[in-house]
Amino acid sequence: MTSNKKYWKSVEELKEDSSIVETLQQNEFVEPIPTDEFLGNKETLEASSTTRRDFLKYVGFSTAAASLAACEGPVIKSIPYVVAPDEIVPGVANYYATTMADGFDFANVLVKTREGRPIKIERNDLSKNGGSVNARVHASVLSMYDKNRLQNPMVDKKEVTWSEFDTAVAQKMNEMAGKDVVLLTQTFASPSTSKLIKEFTAKYPNVRHVIYDAVSSSEALDAFQNKYGTRALPDYDFNKAEVIVSVGADFLGDWQGGGYEAGYAKGRIPKNGKMSKHYQFEANMSISGANADVRVPVTPSQQMKVLQALTGGSASGLPENVAAAVAKAKAHLQKAGSKGVVVTSLPDVQAQTMALNYNANSVVMDTAKPRMTSMGSTQEVTNVMNGVTTGSVKGLITVGVDPVYSFPHPKFAEAYENLEMTLAFSMKPDATASAAKLVAATPHYLESWGDVQLKKGTFSIVQPTIRTLFNTRQFQDCLVRWTGNGDKKYYDYLKEFIEGSVLGAGSWNQAVHDGVFESSASLTTDADTTNSSELQLESSTSNGAKIDPVQENKEGMELTLYTKTGLGSGNQANNPWLQELPDPITRATWDNYVTISAADAEAMGIENENVANGGLDGSYVNVTVNGVTIENVPALIQPGQAKGSIGLALGYGQTAGIQEEMQTGVNAYQLYSGFKSVQMGVTLEKAPGMHEFACVQLHNTMMGRDIIKETTLEIFNTKDVHYWNAVPEVSKDHQEIPVTSPDADLWTSFDRSVGHHFNLSIDLNACTGCGACVIACHAENNVPVVGKDEMRKSRDMHWLRIDRYYSSEDTFESDLEKKENISGLGSSLSEYGEMENPAANPQVAFQPVMCQHCNHAPCETVCPVAATSHGRQGQNHMAYNRCVGTRYCANNCPYKVRRFNWFLYAENDEFDYHMNNDLGRMVLNPDVVVRSRGVMEKCSMCIQMTQKTILDAKRDGRMVKDGEFKTACSAACESGAIKFGDINNEESEIHELKEDKRMYHLLAAVGTKPNVFYQTKVRNTNEA
Amino acid sequence: MQKVKFTNLPSIVSLVLLAVLLTFSTQISAQDSTATAAADAAAATPAASGVGDAEAGKALFNSNCAACHKLYKKATGPALFGVSKKYDREWLYKWIKNSAELIASGDSKAIAIWEEYNKSPMTAFPGLSNTDIDNILAYTDTEKSTPAPTDVTATSATGGGDGVSNNIILGALALVFLLLIVMLVLVNGTLKKIAAANGVVYEEKEKRTPIWRAFVENQFLVLISAILLLLTAGYFMYGYFMQVGVDQGYAPVQPIHYSHRIHAGENQIDCKYCHSSARKSKHSGIPSLNVCMNCHKNIAEVSEDTYAMGKEEYGVDYNAEIKKLYKAVGWDETTQSYTGETEPVKWIRIHNLPDFAYFNHSQHVTVAGVDCQTCHGPVEEMEIMSQYSPLTMGWCINCHRETNVNVAGNEYYKEIHEQLSKKYGVDQLTAAQMGGLECGKCHY
Repeated sequence: MTSNKKYWKSVEELKEDSSIVETLQQNEFVEPIPTDEFLGNKETLEASSTTRRDFLKYVGFSTAAASLAACEGPVIKSIPYVVAPDEIVPGVANYYATTMADGFDFANVLVKTREGRPIKIERNDLSKNGGSVNARVHASVLSMYDKNRLQNPMVDKKEVTWSEFDTAVAQKMNEMAGKDVVLLTQTFASPSTSKLIKEFTAKYPNVRHVIYDAVSSSEALDAFQNKYGTRALPDYDFNKAEVIVSVGADFLGDWQGGGYEAGYAKGRIPKNGKMSKHYQFEANMSISGANADVRVPVTPSQQMKVLQALTGGSASGLPENVAAAVAKAKAHLQKAGSKGVVVTSLPDVQAQTMALNYNANSVVMDTAKPRMTSMGSTQEVTNVMNGVTTGSVKGLITVGVDPVYSFPHPKFAEAYENLEMTLAFSMKPDATASAAKLVAATPHYLESWGDVQLKKGTFSIVQPTIRTLFNTRQFQDCLVRWTGNGDKKYYDYLKEFIEGSVLGAGSWNQAVHDGVFESSASLTTDADTTNSSELQLESSTSNGAKIDPVQENKEGMELTLYTKTGLGSGNQANNPWLQELPDPITRATWDNYVTISAADAEAMGIENENVANGGLDGSYVNVTVNGVTIENVPALIQPGQAKGSIGLALGYGQTAGIQEEMQTGVNAYQLYSGFKSVQMGVTLEKAPGMHEFACVQLHNTMMGRDIIKETTLEIFNTKDVHYWNAVPEVSKDHQEIPVTSPDADLWTSFDRSVGHHFNLSIDLNACTGCGACVIACHAENNVPVVGKDEMRKSRDMHWLRIDRYYSSEDTFESDLEKKENISGLGSSLSEYGEMENPAANPQVAFQPVMCQHCNHAPCETVCPVAATSHGRQGQNHMAYNRCVGTRYCANNCPYKVRRFNWFLYAENDEFDYHMNNDLGRMVLNPDVVVRSRGVMEKCSMCIQMTQKTILDAKRDGRMVKDGEFKTACSAACESGAIKFGDINNEESEIHELKEDKRMYHLLAAVGTKPNVFYQTKVRNTNEA
Repeated sequence: MQKVKFTNLPSIVSLVLLAVLLTFSTQISAQDSTATAAADAAAATPAASGVGDAEAGKALFNSNCAACHKLYKKATGPALFGVSKKYDREWLYKWIKNSAELIASGDSKAIAIWEEYNKSPMTAFPGLSNTDIDNILAYTDTEKSTPAPTDVTATSATGGGDGVSNNIILGALALVFLLLIVMLVLVNGTLKKIAAANGVVYEEKEKRTPIWRAFVENQFLVLISAILLLLTAGYFMYGYFMQVGVDQGYAPVQPIHYSHRIHAGENQIDCKYCHSSARKSKHSGIPSLNVCMNCHKNIAEVSEDTYAMGKEEYGVDYNAEIKKLYKAVGWDETTQSYTGETEPVKWIRIHNLPDFAYFNHSQHVTVAGVDCQTCHGPVEEMEIMSQYSPLTMGWCINCHRETNVNVAGNEYYKEIHEQLSKKYGVDQLTAAQMGGLECGKCHY
């Protein structure tokens, strides 16, 4: 029976004579469809001889014709050398040792070149303590192939030849005679350059040399210089430390040049029941804090008190929990004696001196061979900055620094343009170079010669690995020419200098080959010559309270400016690899932002929310420091951020000479007043609108699952392995059997005992989350850059990601307890919900995850075209040319490591990164294919590298030695967390690691039998 | 009325025949090589002025002097024709036996030569006796044999004449056929007229169902033939699509006509002398021009036999091709020095593997010891290099299945081969059994 019910679509329909209802009934569509526009013009329609059928025919035929034409192969040309260089064999890589020294990153590296093109940076194993090959150093090779680089010298914005440029400079220098000209340079740490600069200033006595570090360590340098006489930074070997207490210092990050993770990681691997203990008192959540055993969030002003308390003073004025932690740390330090060390990053000479004095007896600190990689003096740089703005400085020559961008003075840019002489040596048209009247285009370090004294007595050689790509000339070459050496090259000058003054009996060729050598030659360097600052410095410390922000007691929040793993000081902001590298802590890409504690955020109404498409959105804030305001800075709620403090990363917000896509973030240097990383009296106000973050990890907690296995040193030492690293069990015939037992398998296993069987070990104790492996993987495997929008859609292409987990309780252990105690539906709903939120001061753990190369791989069984299959050597192969893009494999992968090419990322204007221009494509590894649209890709366990190692052994007719097998990530890992090798070789390190009792497989309960295994993280909870 | 069928049949037949004839008739060239013989004859005549045996001298010259000297042209050293007249014979003995000594002694003539030729010392030949030197000098006094110009024009004239006469004969034949056809048509018409006039009536034939209608009406036959047609079409379609991107036999025209036949075949130069990177790299490498110049610094011209053969069989002027090399590498023949003006040669790549397939020459050449010819075919017989193998995946895999791994004396294989052959129960492992069929071994 049908009902006569009437359904109303709206209340309006109840009215009988509603005009709206009438019109709506008439009009099917809300807006009229513009049929008239294309059918209305009868004349054109009739005039056209093409009927619809004809049109379809044309389309059909032209498609067929096009596809037939496509069957014709293209003509490919091969152009050999006219005279081939002896050392180049097409298809075989050459390695050259050189050194990166861009004023912020200093590292001894090996450069892999193919057919004369540098394509990858690797660590130089000959270098014992030559800085850190971090993510930025790995990515620096791409910065060379930057199409936005300066290609010619310029006079008044017009490109000129070098001889014209030389004339212009000579003329200008003569004009400037007697006027104050400042030569503002980065820290070169280069003895020969110091000598050249001295020759230059001798020729032009009106020029004075000032060193400027964009990210300053001036206070630490002052403290060291006062105490030890050299303007340098002490070196630390954290391997020797039993107790490490850091007050604000992110020494696993970029603190004082960084590069301490290798020593630190060695001390963190439990050996004979012992490992180092690490206390961290800090405001921002840093990598060091994330790795610490005890992390206490304290604001910078409290950090000063913490440091005082640690080094002998009283803990008065500190909150109770902080005071307790300080007391424990102090007791522990005392117990450790000379094996304890205190480090701090407080921008205060007094604080730095306290730490130095405390460490004077520590075996961890080395003052005899200090680091020479930072020499800038805030006092002098401030003088220059003020001199330019007040007009007392008439000319400015900048080398490798960008003061117009990075000086915290609102009027500086304007004053700079009004200077009588502006000469900028720069690789890129940055803010300074684009305003300068004379611009000298300089080469990348991979195209230059040079020498670097990283540590006192340890020298490194910089050698070019490719001919200059553009018409560039390095600063030193210009100086050689301008100081009246005629046509002499800097290379000759350098060789003479090194052979004459440094090498002694050593051979120049050997030095260039090794890239590093030690020498006890005593040299006068910038470190010794900047003594002039000392006097001023003392005067400044006497009234230090005035310039020292740390001790000031201003109202408002406290800002800690920091550098990110990706961009650092911002030298390489135009590098898409670094922009896309997720921050180890926040996992956000392509951005800088204010990090703020959850409590402060709530008080100010600042929100972070995940929107429907999965992306993370955050409120905007306006940040004001000392009257300088940056508007619309996105705010990100950071678990572990000290209440009352905020953080903001330097190096972002560049616009000059930078591709539009990479003009990300805000320029935090504007707030870097007094070149101090800590700023007090910061006001924050919420601004309207929401910012779209490109964050690659949205679920921040593990919720008590055993993705990362963790235990304490005490349990590790005392309890049985089954207690803290149990193999999951499954039920078979009502009996619990371990999941690794063959009875628990659906499949029979292949015999893998013959030949190689590759395994990868990742030690969660050693992994600091630095991200060097991610960039190394990018470079080795031609991983594309997808851009911010795609990252936000979780379409990142990283083959290797470093997951970061926060505990939702105070520790991961209490998470586990909480999960175990959940009973009943109500409890589970509410408590699981709570566990999704990280704690205010969470424990943090890092876990690199790449394809696990399962022996029983779930992806392989679901591929309809058998595009992914297993090799005997343990690698899970992916045949891109066979893949049809069903993505079943990605859906079936429990580790979510497969990456789908949603688009064509190479030669596509929509993705205008390095793969879209000829210059950028030169960085591609010719041994690995560039994937096309619609195929799945993933970590191959660097099969091109293992195959190469095997082939080399075959050609030589020998067995493969242990340690020869490498992957890009294992080779890049500074801390030794990632190890790779052949487990069928029973003498190998990897075989030993596989038998280690800390070994576990990720999600072992699934039974995938991965070839990647992890070492349980052990935390040192022991107290003094 | 009687009806004569196929009246124009003869004309059709003749046209078809003609077409066939024209298609298959090839240009027959008949150039004689008389020039070389003339040259030999001239060389055999002893020189009027000298003493000594020119025949023996030629042999000595070729083995000792030809590397640096030519008779009528400057090479590394001066042209030697007429050298016995230019210098005193005693002086020549001294110079040839030890030129360095002569220069050292301060002989002005010797120093002049030495300086003229970039101070490159001439090898001393203390082993040559005065008679030997006489013989050589006798040979160097041989007049350059220029083939009589009349001969050349004569041969080319007859050659051209052959071509013309062939065409004339063919044209005449075609004309005759045409005449015959016209005549037949005319005769047929006349006969018909006569028949009509005589009242002969042709018998009307019974109308039969046309064959196509019979075919259409037989549905079984239609079905069968449709299936056949589809299958054939399918077969050819498959064949067509399978050859897309397979460039077997690809032999592009190269910027320099380089003959592998001469180099690898006649001169027996090892492949890996020029393609040296095949031993240690994934690429076999196209030799850089400095490798060519290792030999071609001294070989500016091919031998006359070779030259003639190139002209006749391949229509190539080999000497002109060597000039192209000199231009590219910037070699000035007159001064025997490099000008520095280079112009890299843009060869056309013949063997193209797709990007997603990884192939390593050294694995196959050095480790496995596979002959180049296994994949590249009889290169030493190829005048123009062409792709011999299909380079398809099936072709690769097939070889991996059939080829045993070359383990002899290779420490790397010792253990793995022992274990694997035990596992598979074979004496010799194939590449496939070693894991040579795994996807990831070639695709990454």
